[in-house]
Amino acid sequence: MSEDHHIVPVWFFIGVILLIYGVIILATGVYGLSHPPSTVLSNLQPALWWGALLIGIGAIYVHLFRPRKPRP
Amino acid sequence: MNPHSLCATDPLAVLFAAETGVERLITLHAPDLAIIVIYFAMVLGIGFYLKRYTRKGEDFFLAGREMTAWVAGLSFVSANLGALELMGWAAATYQYGILATHWYWIGAIPAMLFLGIVMMPFYYISKTHSVPGFLKLRYGESARGLAAVMFTFMTLCMAGIDMYAMALVMKVVLGWNIHFSIWVSSLTVAVYVALGGLFSAIFNEVLQFFLIWLGALLIPVLGLIETGGWDGLVARIHQNFPQGDYTHLWRAMGSFTDNPMGIHWTGIVLGLGWVISFGYWTTDFLVIQRVIAAKDIRAAKLAPIIGSYFKMAVPFIVILPGLLGLAVLPFKLVPESAVGPGQHSYNEVLPLMLARYCGPGLLGLGITALIAGFMSGMAGNVSAFATVWTYDLYRSFFKKAAADSHYVKMGRWCIIVGVLISIGTAYLVMQFKSIMDYVQALFSFFVAPLFGTVLLGMLWKRITPAAGFWGLLAGTVSSITMWGLVRADHSWLAVIALSSNAKDMAENMYRALWSWTICVVVTLVVSAFTRPKPVEELTGLVYGCTELPSEGHLPLWKRPIFWAAISAAIFLILQWIFW
Repeated sequence: MSEDHHIVPVWFFIGVILLIYGVIILATGVYGLSHPPSTVLSNLQPALWWGALLIGIGAIYVHLFRPRKPRP
Repeated sequence: MNPHSLCATDPLAVLFAAETGVERLITLHAPDLAIIVIYFAMVLGIGFYLKRYTRKGEDFFLAGREMTAWVAGLSFVSANLGALELMGWAAATYQYGILATHWYWIGAIPAMLFLGIVMMPFYYISKTHSVPGFLKLRYGESARGLAAVMFTFMTLCMAGIDMYAMALVMKVVLGWNIHFSIWVSSLTVAVYVALGGLFSAIFNEVLQFFLIWLGALLIPVLGLIETGGWDGLVARIHQNFPQGDYTHLWRAMGSFTDNPMGIHWTGIVLGLGWVISFGYWTTDFLVIQRVIAAKDIRAAKLAPIIGSYFKMAVPFIVILPGLLGLAVLPFKLVPESAVGPGQHSYNEVLPLMLARYCGPGLLGLGITALIAGFMSGMAGNVSAFATVWTYDLYRSFFKKAAADSHYVKMGRWCIIVGVLISIGTAYLVMQFKSIMDYVQALFSFFVAPLFGTVLLGMLWKRITPAAGFWGLLAGTVSSITMWGLVRADHSWLAVIALSSNAKDMAENMYRALWSWTICVVVTLVVSAFTRPKPVEELTGLVYGCTELPSEGHLPLWKRPIFWAAISAAIFLILQWIFW
């Protein structure tokens, strides 16, 4: 997208925010191991694996769509 | 605005009734607040970043016409995926069961595919900047003026209503001050859209699409684990509610009295699936603008087709939480009017499910999904308003030959003013809630006839400019008249909606069908007595007068029709599975 304008692709921004969110949620998941939230199925540690999933998707997007210098 | 709002299950009505006497459902923690703050920072940052790329009118109003099919397609769906979708339709599902899915499947998919395959080439080849702009090219200034005035008025009113409903959600769910929610959310939208125009709106809509999905997806995933899959879910619903059929789409549609919506299958198929759905998805500029911004005609055709796959999947994050509420909540939700101390209403089903499964962090992500849903809808409204006002009203009737930069400046001001007017509408609705019903009804008056006008104009060169205008006017006026007749004398309901048992939703469906029919008949009759445009003036606008680019050189899997066929097949299979 936006070849004419050389705009950073929207996928990069998505990757960045998912990466940040993934780290925050994973951290709460780790904290939840010792202080489990009073939610149903909290024994499955959803924050841990959902945080890891967000980090995974975010990292892939950031890597694939990171800003590069336009080819001459 | 979307076709979902045209029904009287009316998530809005349910939400509006929730204003008083409800304690907050959810308490946020530091990670949740951090997630919300980061979201606001990100959308504003994108607006500031994109400002430098939106100096020309085509950049600001049409995103440079550079969007890929994926970006345009996701933005197309996201602009429609408001917070009310998530909250309201989960609530409607708790009340009516899986019937609510009709608004996502038959009420969307056929129309989206029709848009991509049949109508999009004409919107794109004509190089129009808007739907009223297309009417100008096809029929002339009078039809354009009528459509533009109606659209701008309705768009701002709907934006205000959505804004108020969202603030109400924040108050009910989180206990936030209603004024704080209105001003912070809407001014954020105003800033990022005014800075980056449609570029910024589309970028953020795609971002919001991801957040909505990733924020809401955990509920159905964990819910299905808890119930032991779909079969377990159905078994629990039957156990909790043995009288009703909450899990079949069509079985109870044989009569008005067999289903809780009070609607017959003809109303769903012809009213919702044909007129209202096609009217919204193929002529509402709020969504069409996203597709017009595509980089080429193939991308423009593919965008709504890609969108159709995601639209088909939305029930997973909207309908399923409502069904899960029926299955797993240890208490029964009640209508808003019957809520007593310690009870919860239908419209709280999604926040209740969110609180059931999501702890700190995940909760913030879920709330961000709701906020993102609101903002994407709001940005869609104001960016479409700015384009129609600037190009179809201001440039056409007030200042015809100004510099391009002047129109961009006007567009930026339009965003600010549009948001402020919407805020005013929100406060007006807060004082006089019946306005909401009138505005929603007004929008429904206009959608069905507009579809008749655009469709006939695209498909038949014999339709004349005078017929376009008079057909649109006749359809709209007849729709308003039918609505007024039923309010004045309820016995008219049996005439218009074919049954005195018809509920408001069924009435909307049949009224739309009649008004579309009247529009088409008047258009055909007036065309028979007036002079059509010369064929050479219809090139690029009408089927048979336009050479459509061939896709014969493309491999099958790159052709839009191939993906449309697969989407249609999945749609049919889903009807069969959940029949």
